[in-house]
Amino acid sequence: MQFLFRYANPHEFMRLSGAVLPFTAVATVLCLAIGLYLGFSVPPDYQQGTTVTLLFIHVPADVVAEFAYGAIAVCSLLSLVWRHPLADTAARAAAPYGALFTALGLITGALWGKPMWGTYWVWDARLTSFLLLLFLYLGYMALWNAVEDEARAARAAAILALVGVVNIPIIKFSVDWWSTLHQGESIVSGKVAPIYLWPLLIMMLGYVLLFLTLWMVRIRTAILERRARNLMQAN
Amino acid sequence: MNFDMGAYSVYIWPAYGISALALIAVTLWTVLAWRRAKARLAALEKRSSGT
Repeated sequence: MQFLFRYANPHEFMRLSGAVLPFTAVATVLCLAIGLYLGFSVPPDYQQGTTVTLLFIHVPADVVAEFAYGAIAVCSLLSLVWRHPLADTAARAAAPYGALFTALGLITGALWGKPMWGTYWVWDARLTSFLLLLFLYLGYMALWNAVEDEARAARAAAILALVGVVNIPIIKFSVDWWSTLHQGESIVSGKVAPIYLWPLLIMMLGYVLLFLTLWMVRIRTAILERRARNLMQAN
Repeated sequence: MNFDMGAYSVYIWPAYGISALALIAVTLWTVLAWRRAKARLAALEKRSSGT
């Protein structure tokens, strides 16, 4: 906890994030470039043909969509329980990115579903719980904007984010608990051939780094905006 | 590298295109907002230190 509170100070966060950002930005570009190069060098899958290349953008988007929600949930907990001063800013800053990656997961999934399943959309447990994640993000952002008093908005949004956490394991285990058209877990259980696994892992890392980079810049922007507001009020 | 996606091109390229456009757009949005906030704060600081 001590470590977290040290960087809770906006000043300290600006210093640290400023030092880290160039490295995460370069690492993001490298991962995406290598991932795309490897991804477009794989042979067609024996069942899925060339659509296997969709793996490299579909799964990373889904991973970041859930990762960003986890980040919002942790920040919300820090805000509600320990009154961590930067936590609300960080949680709010992550939401638009989470929503975007969720939308990308849904769109790339639909474009993969049509050739493989014969349909863009089906109301199975995985797809439906993932659509719910998008609505959770949108509701979370709407709540922040709907309540005028910032402290009250932060509390309400944090509670909504924590209640919504229940959806994350539902997404994860939906393919085990229910009979779904969506395929089951295949990465951790080692069902993906190494030739497809490597580009996938590198693209995943690239997507996560991209999210972390953008998130940091967004938090920094929010800190400057707050300073500007305080200056306006002081004058 | 192989960019010939055969009959599945109509699904693969839109998916890649939409993903690329969205990620580039959100990166630009993030950087522009940062620059705007920085410029605004600098202007405010200059004004408040001038008075």
